[in-house]
Amino acid sequence: MTAKQNVTEAMLRTGEVESSFEQAERDVTGQAHSVIGKRHRKVDGIDRVTGAAQYTDDITLPRMLHAKILRSIHAHAKILAIDTSEAEKIPGVIGIVLGHEMPTSYGVIPWTPDEQALAEKKVRYIGDAIAAVAATSEDIANRALAAIEVSYEVLPALVSPQAALDQPQNKIHEENKQGNISKHVRLEFGDVKEKLEKADLVVEGHYYFHGSTHAPIEPHCAVAKYEANGLLTVWSATQVPHYLHRELSKVLGLPTHQIRVIQPAIGGAFGGKSEPFDLEFCVAKLAIKTGRPVKILYTREEVFLAHRGRHPFDMHYRTGFDKEGNILAVDAKSIIDGGAYSSFGLVTTYYSGQLLASPYKFETYRFDSTRVYTNKPACGPKRGHGSVQPRFALEIQLDKAACSLGIDPIELRRRNFLGENTVTVNGFHVGSNGFLECLELVENASKWQERRGKLPRGRGLGVAGSTYISGTNYCIYPTELPQSAVQICLDRSGRVRVFAGTSDIGQGSSTMLAVLVADELGVELEDIRVVAADTDLCPVDLGSYSSRVTLMAGNACLMAARDLSQKIRSVIAKKWECHPRQIVLAQRRAQRIDDPSVFMPIKEAFILAESELGTLGSVGHYNTPKTQVHGEYRGGTIGASPAYSFTAHIAEVSVDEETGDVTVVKVWAAHDCGRALSPVLVEGQIEGAVYMGVAEALLEHHHVMPSRTVDAKGRQSAGPPVDGLLYASSLLDYRLPTSLDTPDIDALIVEKPDPRGPHGAKEAGEGPLHPVLPAIANAIFDAVGVRIDELPISPAKILTALRQQRSTKGVQLCCVCLLFH
Amino acid sequence: MSINETRCNVSVTLPEGASVCELVVNGEHVSVAVAPHWTLLELLRYGLGLTGTKQGCDKGDCGACTVLIDGKPTLSCLVLALTVQGRDIRTVEGLSTSSGLHILQDAFDRHGAAQCGFCTPGMLMSSAALLQKLQAERSTKQTVDRGEISAALSGNLCRCTGYKKIIDAVQDAAEQIVKNGDSK
Repeated sequence: MTAKQNVTEAMLRTGEVESSFEQAERDVTGQAHSVIGKRHRKVDGIDRVTGAAQYTDDITLPRMLHAKILRSIHAHAKILAIDTSEAEKIPGVIGIVLGHEMPTSYGVIPWTPDEQALAEKKVRYIGDAIAAVAATSEDIANRALAAIEVSYEVLPALVSPQAALDQPQNKIHEENKQGNISKHVRLEFGDVKEKLEKADLVVEGHYYFHGSTHAPIEPHCAVAKYEANGLLTVWSATQVPHYLHRELSKVLGLPTHQIRVIQPAIGGAFGGKSEPFDLEFCVAKLAIKTGRPVKILYTREEVFLAHRGRHPFDMHYRTGFDKEGNILAVDAKSIIDGGAYSSFGLVTTYYSGQLLASPYKFETYRFDSTRVYTNKPACGPKRGHGSVQPRFALEIQLDKAACSLGIDPIELRRRNFLGENTVTVNGFHVGSNGFLECLELVENASKWQERRGKLPRGRGLGVAGSTYISGTNYCIYPTELPQSAVQICLDRSGRVRVFAGTSDIGQGSSTMLAVLVADELGVELEDIRVVAADTDLCPVDLGSYSSRVTLMAGNACLMAARDLSQKIRSVIAKKWECHPRQIVLAQRRAQRIDDPSVFMPIKEAFILAESELGTLGSVGHYNTPKTQVHGEYRGGTIGASPAYSFTAHIAEVSVDEETGDVTVVKVWAAHDCGRALSPVLVEGQIEGAVYMGVAEALLEHHHVMPSRTVDAKGRQSAGPPVDGLLYASSLLDYRLPTSLDTPDIDALIVEKPDPRGPHGAKEAGEGPLHPVLPAIANAIFDAVGVRIDELPISPAKILTALRQQRSTKGVQLCCVCLLFH
Repeated sequence: MSINETRCNVSVTLPEGASVCELVVNGEHVSVAVAPHWTLLELLRYGLGLTGTKQGCDKGDCGACTVLIDGKPTLSCLVLALTVQGRDIRTVEGLSTSSGLHILQDAFDRHGAAQCGFCTPGMLMSSAALLQKLQAERSTKQTVDRGEISAALSGNLCRCTGYKKIIDAVQDAAEQIVKNGDSK
């Protein structure tokens, strides 16, 4: 049976497809004409390569004002007074807005609304927004900011989780009940203590995963226009138009039907644009106040301050194995540095443990994670949200175990393979699972068996695996409504219009939808117009986060497209006096499967159908299954997904023992995406994710400075740097790899279709980032025999480890701590 | 143009202390009123409405604002507009012609080298300069070194692609030029 037939069979079993034989037979014969899996050009590709694509900052409206935001110079302070009188006098200053004008708190997660559009009573990090000024030019707006006087009562800044935990009386959020603890989750499955005691080997390790940020090349930007009829339009570089829409309504006190949110072309997001930000509320409020359109474009520094990037994790792991290397127990403890606000922190804290119980079988499992508020830019979701950090720790733990037990690290992973169509220790239902295929591919491609452990000193190979969700099973606010919907209209000219709330952030979601439509309706990609991410024109899609779009919007799209296909073929079947299942729509034709000489152009088919049935359109929708997904305990839903992707990486590194420099020579990255609807797009995601993982492992570091004292005006006294000031807030100082720094990446696609995905497709956006970090760490061990358990890996750390190695020569230790029973 | 797109309006209000800057942009003589501190990037985006060239950082770190000044790839956010009076400026809007896409643009599109597309105009301009240089050298090599391409693009940051498909596209375009003798 082909992959496609397998999927159809499975879908029929689960009742997720209405007609049976018809669909199956059409699939078999339609395969030759299938658009799925071909190499496509993006539907918006021409716009992007000609500079015609319109990004938010490319929008200019008549009489538009430019606004700028005044930001806190203190990491922790009460705002005593704000005096805008001098600023108001400056010619060209048209409007100013302060925090008390938007008093409603919000938060992307409705249970933790701890932010205000502009800080009213206190500021919680250097960069916290206090006021916004709209003026006739950016220069005048900046001048006005400088003329605003803020009096602060400076409070002690807590710039580390430990400091914040040690001073619960110095609350960053006064209304918080547990000092500075943002969220605590402790879950246990089975008796971990018992299994650890019985284990033949317990590997114990301390791991530190540092903070990093998304650094999209496009800074955040928003434009707002308020019309006399009361309609507010906000264009924003957001990846979640729907959530932004809801929060704008809440904070501005306007009903949602009076607000239109449009996401223009966006220049990268990676999770950094997946919640509402101060600029969106400010442009809206200023547009309402001044009656003129208002734009805010973040400076690059403001992008770094907005952050919402990777949480630093301080991790302590104990993993118990038997002598064959089977995982008996995993005990994980994490302190998570949350920054000044919750953002998605509630979810992060659950993810920090819930996403780890796959692709390996854990007999027992326990995790205890505490997210702490600190006076720093807030952390949030960055590609692989809450899961990249624990994966780093676990994959090194496995490598250490393999070393102690004398088992090949790939073999160890094979032995612990979770399996397909099974349930994890924490109750998540896993469908298709291509992890073994991924391991085999990278093992062969890298010539692992011949080379690992046999390369000259300084050169090494390391392996790691991972899994990721294809969307979260639940919307972030409680609702029974569909999580995605797609509306399709047919045109008499043989064209198709697709309306989808999806947010194309460069990953190609609009192209993905067009591919599905082209395949079902027999048109070419250029016959399809995708209208996306406009809350007035498109049905709701929850947005591009958690790698949900292909699975959820794809399924909604298929539903709509198949409905139309069925209608069209039924009408033609009457004309040709045959059964609809004997007709295929492909390559701009409707054609008899059993007699290809009987056909009509697709345009004619659409017209025929429209004349019979009236104007043709359909709506498809998708909601996640609510049974056979997750366990029934509290928190059991968070991290559960309809389907999971799987990834395996092998990294080859070269370590210069004199300088400590690590060069990643090559990465082989195999990723099970279920079905590659458009392989060019999937490869792009794999390559981009691996690049981002390498960058995080070796170069990027988003961190703030430790203490010193300042006076009430923020002027520094003599001495070392400021409390909570960001170190590197430029694209030069924050090290991003250039083309010269990026290793050779071999993206290898594995297809293990999952019945819950459209044509079996699962995610490919975030999964492929995870394993490369531990793979690099493991490769360094293979190369020079030292373990780097703290990120980022730096020459200094390598040299220190090598020095330690030399001084302990004669005592052959290859793991941090071993307990043999 | 998509249904929900707005028109881009060029500013007609004179900036403070404006003087006239005359230069050639994409083969066309233009006169633009600019304030003395305006950068070439601001002249292009706000003065002329040519928004293809992007502002990523406004301080010369990312390369998204790369244009060609007399054929040389330059960061337009670091160039004061008035200092390039009379010079020949080429932006991404000037790459394609009435006969179609530039060979580089077509290669980028075919290879999937533009994901979010924000770095793409800068990448294209740096690549175009490289290809011009190779053509001028009348290289007899049948293939272009990936390392050479990588070096030419090392001033253009990309966050989406990991650079691989961009280099594939440039290499493809370069090989076509070597084969066919020109860039049309």
